Amino acid sequence: MQIVQRRRLPLRLIRVRPGGVLPILTILAVLLVLVGIRQPDFLDPPSLMSFLGRSAPIILLAAGQYFVIVCGEFDLSVGSLVTAQVVVAARLIDSDPARTWPVVLLLLAFGAAVGLVNGLITTRLRVPSFITTLGMFLILVGAVYLWSDGSPKGGLSEEFRRFGRRAVEDVPLLGRVPYALLVLLAVAALAVLLTRSDFGRTLVAVGDNPRTAELSGVRVWRTRTIAFILSGLAAAVAAILLGGYSGVSFQAGAGLEFGAITAVVLGGVALGGGRGSVVGAMLGALTLELLFALMNFYGVSGALRSTVQGAIILLAVAVSATRSSAR
Amino acid sequence: MSARSLLPARRPVPGVFVALALTLAIGWLVVLVDGGQLFNQSTTVSLLHVAAGLGFVAVGQTLVILGGSLDLSVAYVISLSTLVAAETMNGNDGAVVPAIGLALAVSAGIGLLNGLLVTKLRVNAFIATLGVGLLLKGYLDSGYDGPAGTTSPTLVQTLGYQRVGPVPLSFLLLVAVTGMAWFALSRTRFGHHLVAVGGDAEVARLSGVRNDRVLVTAHVLCSLCAGLAGIYLASRLGSGAPRVGTEGLYDLESIAAVVIGGTALAGGRGGVVGTVGGVLLLASIDAVFNQLDVDAFFKQVIRGAIIIAAVAVYARRALRKAAS
Repeated sequence: MQIVQRRRLPLRLIRVRPGGVLPILTILAVLLVLVGIRQPDFLDPPSLMSFLGRSAPIILLAAGQYFVIVCGEFDLSVGSLVTAQVVVAARLIDSDPARTWPVVLLLLAFGAAVGLVNGLITTRLRVPSFITTLGMFLILVGAVYLWSDGSPKGGLSEEFRRFGRRAVEDVPLLGRVPYALLVLLAVAALAVLLTRSDFGRTLVAVGDNPRTAELSGVRVWRTRTIAFILSGLAAAVAAILLGGYSGVSFQAGAGLEFGAITAVVLGGVALGGGRGSVVGAMLGALTLELLFALMNFYGVSGALRSTVQGAIILLAVAVSATRSSAR
Repeated sequence: MSARSLLPARRPVPGVFVALALTLAIGWLVVLVDGGQLFNQSTTVSLLHVAAGLGFVAVGQTLVILGGSLDLSVAYVISLSTLVAAETMNGNDGAVVPAIGLALAVSAGIGLLNGLLVTKLRVNAFIATLGVGLLLKGYLDSGYDGPAGTTSPTLVQTLGYQRVGPVPLSFLLLVAVTGMAWFALSRTRFGHHLVAVGGDAEVARLSGVRNDRVLVTAHVLCSLCAGLAGIYLASRLGSGAPRVGTEGLYDLESIAAVVIGGTALAGGRGGVVGTVGGVLLLASIDAVFNQLDVDAFFKQVIRGAIIIAAVAVYARRALRKAAS
């Protein structure tokens, strides 16, 4: 014990605690410096604002994924959920501005419902969430193609697209602030409040040790189901922003689930649950987006992008893993 | 110590075969009512071909999942292996052996990388293999726009299309690979160690198992199986295909097949025989739907539902067993 204590001292001086946001902040800062050297005008408020607005959907998904991962589960269905939401929105709105708000409400309800089903199947039927949400992924992709006969129909109204592509103009100092960024800030504030609440603590306890949580009187199944509902809701909001920004396509949400999970892990959240913060998860997503921007500036071809992404993820996670196991 | 005394209590025949029999029986009836024939030569052959491709991957996936790990890079390994094999052969019959050797060696190398990342650098398997998959994806996307290379005609005729009665050669190869994997798991030290590591890594380590070595071996074997699937697909398609692995959803489907086959996703329990049952189940559902001319998208919806339902039934049985 003595030896262990002594060896931990230097680490404690720099206050790196596992699951903290310091490592991800460091990576973020390094990337920002690199971007700043290459493309100084990127850091000007207007372009920074629009970058943040563009990154809002994946950051939202990371926040939603955080809730699921920290309580010890996975949600692989979010990417297909985003696609489904965008296609459904286009078909239901059918370019009629009057239908915007009802459809937005419907999308939120749809997201929550998918989350509820994921959660109930995982907790009540005891299907591993990897399989539940994988099945849901297949079902949603198949259903959305089936429903639209293979090609997206209808169109989004300008009202609907506003959230994703318009901005509050003429803000002093910042220039234009995208609506997406405002939505993101609101959701992020809610998410942080939620993790500070009793529910947030219960969630981490469930992920850390479900048995102990159960014995302490936590209704584990209910906590986990709520986490899935939150992830579904986050996917709905992300879909609204993404549909507005980049329009309707079957590829709208492709691969986002892995992007979100990677972001969460980059942000210091342990897969398997019990450790990490929602701020870290969101910073992880921001870092990932910044990495893509950086690769753009350095002219890395689109195809090689995934190689660089893969290498960086492996490096970041390996470094943090060896550090936490060296304690 | 003799190997026999180490035999763990085996579970009875996995329920997946009951499900398989039921699916085939119901499918046969429904297709008959529809005016078709489920068990004619061509449907059986195509069913077994589908099963062979997914089967190789799933058998390998079983090994890593048993050890408590996971491999999400298999889809890219498959694509890469088709390309390596087809480009090395370039339509030349003489180059079959070096091409297969090279494809397998490349696959094994990727498996080694996966294994080292998971064990030495302690990266979570999900992230490690996803990251390696992304590395490969970048290589494939930047290097290839479409099919490349040509598989040697002999290999196409043998591994790709030759069959014994209604049974394709590739399916027999799958049976052989499954047999070897079964033997390795139930009769060798490696197999027992692997299951021990998947059951409880810490207990295994304290009992003297070299966890790292066992897991790295499992990852290499898994990638080898994916590489074999790639060679098979190259001989089916006649060329290397840079997207065949991802378009076939081999990563996620192989995991689904393993879990349907009764192997616990957390590791430590299950086996390859069940996995082959799971693969056959997925392939049979496919065959039935093809016979009924069901819409491809609807098929996917049903597939998703069946995967969830199958695993739910397992979980239910496990619960009941635990209660009694």
